[in-house]
Amino acid sequence: MITRDGLDQIAAEEQARQAEHKQCIRVCTAAGCLSQHSNQVKEALEAAVAEQGREHECHVKGVGCLGLCSHGPLVAVDPDDVLYEHVKPEDATEIVASIGKEPVERIKCPTDVPFFNRQVKIVLENCGIIDPESIEDYIAHDGYQALATALTTMSPAQVIDEVLRSGLRGRGGGGYPTGLKWTTVAKAVSDTKYVICNADEGDPGAFMDRSVLESDPHRVLEGMAIAAYAVGAQKGYVYVRAEYPIAIERLKSAIRAARRAGLLGRNILGTDFDFDVELRLGAGAYVCGEETALMASIEGRRGTPRPRPPYPADYGLWGEPTLINNVETFANIAPIINRGSEWFASIGTENCKGTKVFALAGQITNTGLIEVPMGITLREIVYEIGGGVPNGKEVKAVQTGGPSGGCIPAEYLDMPVDFESLKQLGSMMGSGGMIVMDSSASMVGVAKYFMEFSMSESCGKCIPCRVGTAQMYNLLTKINNGEATYRDLELLKELCDLVRNASLCGLGQSAPQPVLSTLRYFEHEYLDKLIDGPLAMAPAEIEGQEA
Amino acid sequence: MRRNGNRPDALIETLHSIQSTFGYLDEPALLYVSDMLSVSPAEVYGVATFYHYFQLKPQGKHCCSVCTGTACYIKGADQVLANIEKTYGIKPGETTEDGELSLLTVRCLGACGLAPAATLDGEVIGNVTVESLQQRIEEVTVHDNA
Repeated sequence: MITRDGLDQIAAEEQARQAEHKQCIRVCTAAGCLSQHSNQVKEALEAAVAEQGREHECHVKGVGCLGLCSHGPLVAVDPDDVLYEHVKPEDATEIVASIGKEPVERIKCPTDVPFFNRQVKIVLENCGIIDPESIEDYIAHDGYQALATALTTMSPAQVIDEVLRSGLRGRGGGGYPTGLKWTTVAKAVSDTKYVICNADEGDPGAFMDRSVLESDPHRVLEGMAIAAYAVGAQKGYVYVRAEYPIAIERLKSAIRAARRAGLLGRNILGTDFDFDVELRLGAGAYVCGEETALMASIEGRRGTPRPRPPYPADYGLWGEPTLINNVETFANIAPIINRGSEWFASIGTENCKGTKVFALAGQITNTGLIEVPMGITLREIVYEIGGGVPNGKEVKAVQTGGPSGGCIPAEYLDMPVDFESLKQLGSMMGSGGMIVMDSSASMVGVAKYFMEFSMSESCGKCIPCRVGTAQMYNLLTKINNGEATYRDLELLKELCDLVRNASLCGLGQSAPQPVLSTLRYFEHEYLDKLIDGPLAMAPAEIEGQEA
Repeated sequence: MRRNGNRPDALIETLHSIQSTFGYLDEPALLYVSDMLSVSPAEVYGVATFYHYFQLKPQGKHCCSVCTGTACYIKGADQVLANIEKTYGIKPGETTEDGELSLLTVRCLGACGLAPAATLDGEVIGNVTVESLQQRIEEVTVHDNA
């Protein structure tokens, strides 16, 4: 069993061990860089260090995501503070030889650019710094200190109060205040309660949760343990997509290490608090990101949602009160406990505190993982951090929120990014996928793409969603092929309204969203494709329907 | 395989283990699972067909999955997919007659920074083009025949 002093001792030992090596070469081993063979780069660097006889001073370490995926594989060198891009195994000798001297200019990646210095890192602060496979490295970076503080100096009510005052809102997309959710579960009367981490990152175009789990898995486990202490749960589940093999492996090894260290299991840190975590694999069903469907899937059944209420906070997994939060939400907990709610509340906007991690992708120069304060404008994200659209093209729209979100046209790029503004624009924050489209993208095509997605991911339980999405898909196909009339477009709008209001769960309710938002801003693209053309309709009629 | 204590809620975990060992779920396997976990065959079949990840047919020697996530779509994954469909005469979910290649699509590999992406025998390949992916597939299939 480990106590708080033991934790400090591990941290001190690990820091001393790391200090023995004056230099550290960090190689990104998250999925993006791995697929560009960063493991071979790491081996080559290790060989080069050995060959040049510098093992005693130089340490090669595999770390999580360094952020700029489009320039991978990435390698960072400390304390020279140099970042290398597109590194190949052949470059290893040169890199090692240059340490402490002039960096290798040929592959140097500038770090004093907005992509790096405009970001504010809370969730990702350890990503790319620590070795995700080493619990000691995490502890040496203040890991599990927040859990120790919560268990030994705070009551569960104080923990909840701290989270409430921080203003943290759920990062899974809905933006429900995390503290309120915790309060409800804490109030529920039951001997058995569960904490679930929703890592079923189904939105196509989003990879924030994957990166956090691959880069800093202990941070999520610590957040879950603190949540369990606050609400009175004994058992936790991480529900993670089977499509993320690396994240699964690292989570498994993190859970094992935490159990061995006595940070999960019975009598954690010498207190009478027991908590253990189990991993559950998804199997490729988008609807399982919906909380009631997710719980059905953990129970081993088909992942179909059920009507709410009762909410999971009262009647969740196996009928017991259950707290479900997303990966990024849990990753925010430890910093809030460590640095206090006031510090957290000082970042972001009035109603949206803290930061948000986005996965920047699509037609943009710098693709990768970014973390920005709430309230930053889309323009800053796209043009400054993202470096704009390649080949001198213009941004046409930014898609956020995946199949439940919408396309924000270029003229609204100055809107601040927070839950309310995005909703106002007919899109949503979503889990954090942000896809930039240039002038070559067809908006009808995009709407059709998302409808195909919703149609095939509909679980089939309720008719508005099962049949409605299929009919909307047919109509969109007809429009896209130039075979539709104005009447078809009207039908499509009616269907959007029906499916949105009559579906059982979030999937169906938000399935029309991509159509509605593209209709709102790019209706001319639809009209251009109609047989009876843009001239055949009365403009007043359109406006009336939009309202 | 039975470490989950034969509880009905272990159904999905059990199907995962079977698929990772045998590559797909055949009828005897599903019936055996139904028996061991005391879940009706209909329910086992229901779960196995509900989730896209489970395969009920044997897969080819090599397996290529093309990512159809949003970022990949925007960057032209549909053309990459169409080319493989045309070249090998198979649709997603099918296997070539000689059993060499299976074609699948996945929703999102989470490698959006490297869009369009695909996996070939489990290895993620980023920034694929119509030509480069076909070339990679030819390399692995020709290698076997040599």
